[in-house]
Amino acid sequence: MTGPRLVSILRQGSHLIASVHTALDDTQMTAFQHDLVDRIGRDRSRGVVIDVAALDVLDSFATRTLRTIAEVARLRGAVTVVVGIQPDVAFAMVSLGMDTGALHTALDLEEGLALLDRIAGGRRPAVGARGGPA
Amino acid sequence: MTGYRGQGTTTGGPGGLDGLDGLEGLAEDQLLPQLVAHLREHRARLRHEWADRIQLAGLLHAMTPQEMAAETTSVYDNYVEVLETGSVEALQRYARDLSERIIPRGVETHEVVGIVLLLRDVLARSLFEKYQRDFGLLNRVLDAYEPAANRIANTVAVSFVEERERVIRQQQDSIRELSTPVLPVRERLLILPIIGVLDRERARQLTEQLLNGIRTHRARVVVIDITGVPEVDESVANHLVQTVDASRLMGASVIITGLSPVIAQTLVTIGVDLSKMDTIGDLQGGLEEAERLLGYPTAGGDDGTAP
Repeated sequence: MTGPRLVSILRQGSHLIASVHTALDDTQMTAFQHDLVDRIGRDRSRGVVIDVAALDVLDSFATRTLRTIAEVARLRGAVTVVVGIQPDVAFAMVSLGMDTGALHTALDLEEGLALLDRIAGGRRPAVGARGGPA
Repeated sequence: MTGYRGQGTTTGGPGGLDGLDGLEGLAEDQLLPQLVAHLREHRARLRHEWADRIQLAGLLHAMTPQEMAAETTSVYDNYVEVLETGSVEALQRYARDLSERIIPRGVETHEVVGIVLLLRDVLARSLFEKYQRDFGLLNRVLDAYEPAANRIANTVAVSFVEERERVIRQQQDSIRELSTPVLPVRERLLILPIIGVLDRERARQLTEQLLNGIRTHRARVVVIDITGVPEVDESVANHLVQTVDASRLMGASVIITGLSPVIAQTLVTIGVDLSKMDTIGDLQGGLEEAERLLGYPTAGGDDGTAP
């Protein structure tokens, strides 16, 4: 793993909060994925928030990795929410046609945690319309 | 002073006569002053003649006779002055100033060019008349007069068009500024009423304002109302879809309301993928849906409150 300087993974109740502090290259991104998935199993997390607010670029590999993390996490019993995507980044991702699939997104950490609580409260693995992203 | 003696005469050549006719022994550089003196002398008559021809041609009907008399007088004087001094800067200033005054009155470019050309012709005719007995001299007078007159016509036309473009740019700027307001109506709820044609530039600006607005107001639901948009083309429609996707990435749901029948049919016909778009008929319905999404109690909301 690349060490806690690039990414920090914190535990908050039954959720994990992963903050990406700086741009990651592909290897670091993959390492981050393994690390996070490990932690989900170890901590028996029900939800994961990935905060990418510090990033001013999200390339296709990063996007795909985030999607993979979400999918793997789902298989291990946790819901993933990506938070803090900047306006420019959001529009660039969309213009470049990156497929974010069923990835849950929220404005920031607070909103992400609230979304996780709503999802957990609803006892439904897939969010309904109330989750915001439809 | 040496502005447009296009015939290659030298100022130092008083003896530079062509020799052939040399009738009144006029040097080239005395032609223009003489011409100007002539135009000054017959100012009232020529100006009248010009005004009559403007009326006859049906130009400047947006102006009252008094305004017209005032403007024609000052244009005439400016014209003669420029012939005399060769300085077009003063004329440029005047033309810009004039344009500023008459553009809001609905005066068209062809009218402005038309009246200047009419003045040129009226003056040219008076020169024909004056020098009719001496064809050689007339030729030389015209040689001096024509380039100057054409340059004036050119200057006035260009100044007018430039002024017009300036006005248009200014208006575009002001339209841009007030074109896409992002209005917070409730906690976490934004409305974007869009009025007028959505072109590429406006669509881009809309996206920018919306995404920044979502972050600033921490919005979870955005209602974009396009009742006031007469039409959209494919690229704008796709842009709209992208905007909706980008908003979703920032954690906000977008509801589009007020799709007119024409736009709805266009979108379906050109095959824009709207499956991910949440659309509702009118703004009222959109707001109700938004409130339901945000968990506000609304009439008939069954899944509005969670536990």
